[in-house]
Amino acid sequence: MSMVHVTATVNDDEVEFLCDPRETLLDVLRDRLGLTGAKEGCGTGDCGACSVTVDGRLVCSCLMLGAEAEGKSIATVEGIADGENLHPLQEKFIEHAALQCGICTPGILVATKALLEKNPDPTETEVRYWLAGNLCRCTGYDKIIRAVMDTASDLRKAS
Amino acid sequence: MQYHTPGSFEDAIAIASFAEGVTRFLAGGTDVLVQLRADIVTPDNLIDVKHIDGVTKIEREDSGWRIGIAVSGAEMSEHPDLHNEWPGIVEAMDLVGSTQIQGRATLTGNLCNGSPAADSVPAMIAAGVSVSVAGPNGTRKVAVEDIPVAPGRTSLEKGELISAVHIPARGSDGADAYLRFIPRTEMDIAVVGCGVNLRRDGKTITEARVSLGAVAPTALLVEEAAEAIIGTALDDAALETLAAAASAACNPIDDKRGTIKFRKHVAGVLARRTAKIAYERAGASI
Ligand SMILES: Cc1cc2nc3c(=O)[nH]c(=O)nc-3n(C[C@H](O)[C@H](O)[C@H](O)COP(=O)(O)OP(=O)(O)OC[C@H]3O[C@@H](n4cnc5c(N)ncnc54)[C@H](O)[C@@H]3O)c2cc1C
Ligand code: FES
Ligand code: FES
Repeated sequence: MSMVHVTATVNDDEVEFLCDPRETLLDVLRDRLGLTGAKEGCGTGDCGACSVTVDGRLVCSCLMLGAEAEGKSIATVEGIADGENLHPLQEKFIEHAALQCGICTPGILVATKALLEKNPDPTETEVRYWLAGNLCRCTGYDKIIRAVMDTASDLRKAS
Repeated sequence: MQYHTPGSFEDAIAIASFAEGVTRFLAGGTDVLVQLRADIVTPDNLIDVKHIDGVTKIEREDSGWRIGIAVSGAEMSEHPDLHNEWPGIVEAMDLVGSTQIQGRATLTGNLCNGSPAADSVPAMIAAGVSVSVAGPNGTRKVAVEDIPVAPGRTSLEKGELISAVHIPARGSDGADAYLRFIPRTEMDIAVVGCGVNLRRDGKTITEARVSLGAVAPTALLVEEAAEAIIGTALDDAALETLAAAASAACNPIDDKRGTIKFRKHVAGVLARRTAKIAYERAGASI
């Protein structure tokens, strides 16, 4: 099996890796690049725990091949905080206790950050539809939605 | 598995023509990767079509539209004009999966995966959409309804792939709509899907196409349903005949998401509702 050589940008750092053509971007991130923030909940596009952005577009990294990342710019949950300083979304998730086991949290943070960049003033319904592909088995979603709405309102005040 | 990234349709055709074993094209991968990972289909050759010139564009063509084969659902929804002219097609594609799936899924992949429940397919059939099929013997134009031949199977021959999707000119006093029934509000597979496209003159419907998904091995173009509303002002009697024609056209299966009886009934209900939306969008009132 010939390996594919890929050059890409991950959280603004240039990376190079060799991967099997069948390997998903999620496998590459976790097993080759040591970025274990993105989680594998289902591997079939249903749960969103593996969410990352590729050239700014939210996708499931379990449904993209590592080989397809050539030349792309990928952002994962590891790039959300600024050094020791948490992103406002991360602070609000803690404040609102919007996580329990935490498996869904990296995907939801990446997804909601993408939403707020596209739409800084979403309605609750818009947030819920946007997150329809991010499953959480613990929280019942309510605290997540509140944390996102609260962050959005703070970010609007700050800007 | 060999992964190919041809830069032109000629190269893609050449690779596909000489490939041995199972070949798949990779557009958004939201079907291909699920099947790969579940060991349902592991292609020997995977041909990524996203490096071919021009495949990511939505362009004007003969007052209609040419949609590149790598355009995602999200890009269709974000386009400033496409939704105004063809809301049914755009909304049908937008129903496919979540935000994450929308970032990758394509119209062509939805069509070529061959699911009887594929949401964009009845909308495209109703709208009269055709596709260019490129292959070793040149390019031909094929109506969307002639692409799927059975669940998971298409009429494409070895070496052929779709090179573009063509949406006709909207023209005046016309509109389309698509509705599906699912037991939830998001993230589910259609139990029934219905696309309607029509044109009116005053209150009278002069042209119509009605298509149903998930009620037969392939999406159906239901001519009896269209005839039921052409020449009418979509009055109650016309809606009644439309619903009966839609129900009668169904040849569904019983499964966990719906019984035969239920699917037939829902097909009639959805046909009425979809036709009303298209009629109102076309500027008529009931
Ligand atoms: C979580 C989830 C939810 C989903 N929900 C829905 C839903 O609600 N409704 C729905 O209809 N579908 C749904 N799907 C299925 C899937 O997302 C759609 O069918 C999608 O449109 C497929 O497009 P793609 O670009 O990802 O196709 P790919 O996976 O890249 O390809 C699909 C098929 O098309 C063929 N193909 C691709 N491009 C070409 C070409 N140019 N010429 C010839 N053949 C080609 C491939 O060989 C393959 O067989 C869902 C999938 C997931 C994972
Ligand atoms: S692991 Fe990718 S969607 Fe569940
Ligand atoms: S916190 Fe456990 S799945 Fe969301």
